[in-house]
Amino acid sequence: MHRNPDRPMSPHFTIWKWGPHMLVSIVHRVTGAGLAAAGGAVLVWWLLAAAGGPDSYADFTDWATWKWALIFWVPLSWALFQHTLSGLRHFVLDAGAGYELSTNKFWANMTLVGSVLLTALLWAWIVYGRGA
Amino acid sequence: MSMETPLARVRGLGAAGAGGQHWWHERTTSAALFLLLVWLAVSLVRLPGLDYGTVREWLSQPVAAVPMLLLIVVTFQHIKHGLTVIIEDYVHDEGSKLFWLMVVNFAAVLAAALALFAVLKVALGAEAD
Repeated sequence: MHRNPDRPMSPHFTIWKWGPHMLVSIVHRVTGAGLAAAGGAVLVWWLLAAAGGPDSYADFTDWATWKWALIFWVPLSWALFQHTLSGLRHFVLDAGAGYELSTNKFWANMTLVGSVLLTALLWAWIVYGRGA
Repeated sequence: MSMETPLARVRGLGAAGAGGQHWWHERTTSAALFLLLVWLAVSLVRLPGLDYGTVREWLSQPVAAVPMLLLIVVTFQHIKHGLTVIIEDYVHDEGSKLFWLMVVNFAAVLAAALALFAVLKVALGAEAD
């Protein structure tokens, strides 16, 4: 197979106008990979800590409630909301609906708005409502 | 001249070498995971706290342990599927692709085994020390 390097390669990153659907698509992958690594690790740690006894559980909660751990928890919760909302949008797209340009753009934007809103509500509740 | 249809010539030549089954499995695990995550969120919010005693007592009940076991299985299957697709799309060299697919598969199975063991230990083990 010979490819002429002078010819542009699909998908023509440089000439396509960016839209919310493209952003949401790549963000779905990035949040998925992030959740897989960080979310998967913290889930396993939490369960092993609970199984390991009071001391190992204290090690976990000391870290989890450390104020700088918010740098971990806030993006993780946003990623979970974004990936979930984007995943629900995928179910609709996979069923063959929602491809009209205006509809597609609207729901792509809504996943972004929704994930930020849900993250804000969650942390407002944790900080002010529940009293952590 | 080949009598094959154009479709038959390209089948199986995608990045993964296969497709439909994996695609469906990713969707079914997504749907299951959504339900299980809603269950986990509701359960944790309903607990009075997330301290050691409360979490142990909660997780030692079958109504909590069984959905948690399901959540672990489905979560790591979904992780395995998702990361597999990412690797197939972006790692083009066959050797490194195989290497990273093995890393992801081994890591996902190991993580799932650790988490399952932890839940079973709490659920089936002796009273908390």
